[in-house]
Amino acid sequence: MPAVNETIETVQSVAESGYKWGFETDIEMEFAPKGLNEDIVRFISAKKNEPEWLLEWRLRAFAAWKTMEEPRWAAVKYPPIDYQDSYYYAAPKEKVGPKSLDEVDPELLKTYAKLGIPLREQEILAGVEGAGSVPAEGRMPVAVDAVFDSVSVATSYKERLGKEGIIFCSISEAVQTHPELVRKYLGTVVPQGDNFFAALNSAVFTDGSFVYIPKGVRCPMELSTYFRINAKSTGQFERTLIVADEGSYVSYLEGCTAPMRDENQLHAAVVELVAMDDATIKYSTVQNWYPGDAEGKGGIYNFVTKRGACRGARSKISWTQVETGSAITWKYPSCILQGEDSVGEFYSVAITNNYQQADTGTKMFHIGPRTRSTIVSKGISAGHGQNTYRGLVRIGAKATGARNFTQCDSLLIGDLCGAHTVPYIENRCVTAKVEHEATTSRIAEDQLFYCRQRGLTQEEAVGLIVNGFCREVLKELPMEFAVEAQKLLQISLEGSVG
Amino acid sequence: MLRIEGLTAEIDGKQILKGIDLDVPTGEVHAIMGPNGSGKSTLSYVLSGREGYEVTGGSATFNGHDILAMEPEERAAAGLFLAFQYPVELPGVGNATFLRTALNAQRKARGESELDAMQFLKLARERMKALSMSDDMLKRGVNVGFSGGEKKRNEILQMALLKPSLAILDETDSGLDIDALKIVADGVNAMRGPDFSALVITHYQRLLDYIVPDRVHVLMHGRIVKSGGPELAQELEAQGYAAVQAAA
Repeated sequence: MPAVNETIETVQSVAESGYKWGFETDIEMEFAPKGLNEDIVRFISAKKNEPEWLLEWRLRAFAAWKTMEEPRWAAVKYPPIDYQDSYYYAAPKEKVGPKSLDEVDPELLKTYAKLGIPLREQEILAGVEGAGSVPAEGRMPVAVDAVFDSVSVATSYKERLGKEGIIFCSISEAVQTHPELVRKYLGTVVPQGDNFFAALNSAVFTDGSFVYIPKGVRCPMELSTYFRINAKSTGQFERTLIVADEGSYVSYLEGCTAPMRDENQLHAAVVELVAMDDATIKYSTVQNWYPGDAEGKGGIYNFVTKRGACRGARSKISWTQVETGSAITWKYPSCILQGEDSVGEFYSVAITNNYQQADTGTKMFHIGPRTRSTIVSKGISAGHGQNTYRGLVRIGAKATGARNFTQCDSLLIGDLCGAHTVPYIENRCVTAKVEHEATTSRIAEDQLFYCRQRGLTQEEAVGLIVNGFCREVLKELPMEFAVEAQKLLQISLEGSVG
Repeated sequence: MLRIEGLTAEIDGKQILKGIDLDVPTGEVHAIMGPNGSGKSTLSYVLSGREGYEVTGGSATFNGHDILAMEPEERAAAGLFLAFQYPVELPGVGNATFLRTALNAQRKARGESELDAMQFLKLARERMKALSMSDDMLKRGVNVGFSGGEKKRNEILQMALLKPSLAILDETDSGLDIDALKIVADGVNAMRGPDFSALVITHYQRLLDYIVPDRVHVLMHGRIVKSGGPELAQELEAQGYAAVQAAA
């Protein structure tokens, strides 16, 4: 059986009941001291053996960050974050090329086992020599680049991708091996001073993924990264950069789980996508970070900046996200539609249960002529959850014939939760067409009874109805993710009805 | 068999069922007829366990189980099926997904193995062929955009797949043209046998021309006021409920 299938099945069985991925691995850390200042930025840069230009780039970001204030416009509430009371660098102790899993840190292996990662992938993830050279049989393989804490522990399938000229590695590695590419594109979509969290990320990012797809190449596998937050009090600041050159195609999957802990954890990632002429980037996320307990204690703060630039004509960037985790989600994957006839898509499912808060949506900037965008947002609120769709469709004067279609649907479960829709539309072009549809509904008693009369339990019925509500988004996910996502939706809503 | 004794029930404090006594032996089909507001639908919801219908007295047992103490899904797994008067729409939920989930939920509850997608599809196609239904019914959302007739046929398809031992058909004939009526009747008749019983709730005698019942009961004002053979249905059709009530 291909490793992917095994992974999915194991993940499913692990996920059968509630959030089971709450555990913590005790690996000797090489910490930078707590707090954030210029020395820490220099420490991180030195630790990663970065060139001078990147250090300066980080320092400019840090200088910008110091002048900025945390955004307050989102409909989320949380206690003030003390940015000086956190570690900004932590990495597992270095291990070079273990010969077999016996030589790998047993704590790390335990983590993989709890995550349900099959042995062969564990070997690849742990960097066992020769593990990645076996070609995957059967269906479309998934290449995994694991971010374990801050440093990519291993990168798999590199050789196979290398034959196509595809670069898929950690961004730290890319800085060493392809500095010209990183320098050319880093910060060109999300500048260092773009916003408070992006500036913070730019100053202290420790790792993330880098992808480059050369001209005319269709990436032969789904690229995937497992993100995990693992060190106590260590905010994670991933930086991901994906560049699809002319006529290329890539599908990238991002999935997350995190260990349970009491204090809130900050996560401020930045993802930049660049699509040249006729290139397509499909970016899918299933986010299942620890949402906090039923009383709202703990949980991840997920303040992410994701943006894609459709630089080339007929290029396309498609964001699909299923957000079930985190205590707070602040996230607006956006598209800058510069190239003529370029296409931006945003498909989103966001669930808030218990005391979770989500303020999420997208921004579509129509700059080039005949640019098109589609926004489909499905918000589900249960318990005391608060769910806000916030979106901007901006059509510039030169975007003749631009089109946007937006659909925002909210589903309420129970009477203590909230759903909010905040759509902004700015149109400077008379030939543009903008459509917006929105609905708010509840799971009806007769729907639940109908399902239960046919033999489904209350929770199975809710799961089925919610999956139906989200179908338009889920069908955009790659097969493997779709199965996982459906399970997650049901798990996330357990106990919300009844 | 289904045995109902002295069953009383209310909705929002208003008493609807005022003491129902009814036995449906295994293998028999019984019809319940009655005017609007007599408590026919309430009886079907009380037996299937819908929220908001409060049982205030009496009992209902099915093959020895106290069904009133069971959750709706437990009743379903025990073999009770309700064909809805107004089948409910589930947007985005594929009919095939729904049917397979339901069938497997019941099989699981009974300790039987679950069917995989291929096994299910084979079974569903077999049953649909027998009911002269086309495959694309499986691909559509549950009851979404279905005509009244299609919704009722979908109920019959579900019944054929789930193979209940007791089916309650709540005015399944309402709004059906004669062809659809025949399909529904054929579906029920195909189920008839020593292990199947049915409670056919209807306004009109018409359906009973196609599903000939073993017994007919007249429900009025929350009580069964008269019982008889299939000829009672003809009598009602000819004389109306008022005459029956006056005689009873």
